[in-house]
Amino acid sequence: MSIAILHWCLLVGHLLTGLAMLAATYRMVRGPRAQDRILALDAFYVAAMLMLILFGIRVGSNIYFEVALLIGVLSFVGTVALAKFLMRGEVIE
Amino acid sequence: MSEVPVWVAVVVGALSVLGGLFTFLGCLGMARFNSFYARVHAPTLGTSMGCITISLASAIYFTVSGQRPAVHEVLILMFVSVTTPVTLMLLARAALYRDRSEHNGDVPNEVGQDVVVQPAPEQALGRSAS
Repeated sequence: MSIAILHWCLLVGHLLTGLAMLAATYRMVRGPRAQDRILALDAFYVAAMLMLILFGIRVGSNIYFEVALLIGVLSFVGTVALAKFLMRGEVIE
Repeated sequence: MSEVPVWVAVVVGALSVLGGLFTFLGCLGMARFNSFYARVHAPTLGTSMGCITISLASAIYFTVSGQRPAVHEVLILMFVSVTTPVTLMLLARAALYRDRSEHNGDVPNEVGQDVVVQPAPEQALGRSAS
């Protein structure tokens, strides 16, 4: 019973985060300027991170949590570097 | 998935569906808003409420199924809630800088430069007539 509830709820959660990634991809492809694409990349990273946490619940393993933490760190570094590039034209001054 | 009590399954399922819904609404808002400055606030729905609910679901599930407190999801929660304002602030400042330097759109001027000196009406008329 509880496995069935968890199965369907996690499936819905996966579908919703997948749709969120699709919306972010739409903005990344369509986005009129560079800052829109960077914002969409950041949202894409967050949706992928949440999807991996849900996948870790489904599988019952702690490995996916560490992957999610890594994705969060990479999202921060990547977005900050890209925003700095937009502002100054170079990343490391 | 291991067998957990039904109420835990209901709570974890509801939290994960809610988190997915928040993330999806945030990204949908980012895809549908019109200007960049309206768009920049939409994904924070996913990074705040989506992260809180899904991390809570994961913490509850692993605590109950592993029979020991598993609170390392707090790490993700703290990290995301600290870094998201920083990144979005940097991004918005970069966008504002670009819009100001290209003189497009109706972005506000810099602080101290917001007093615009208008030309006198007759000068403006004469200039437009010549």
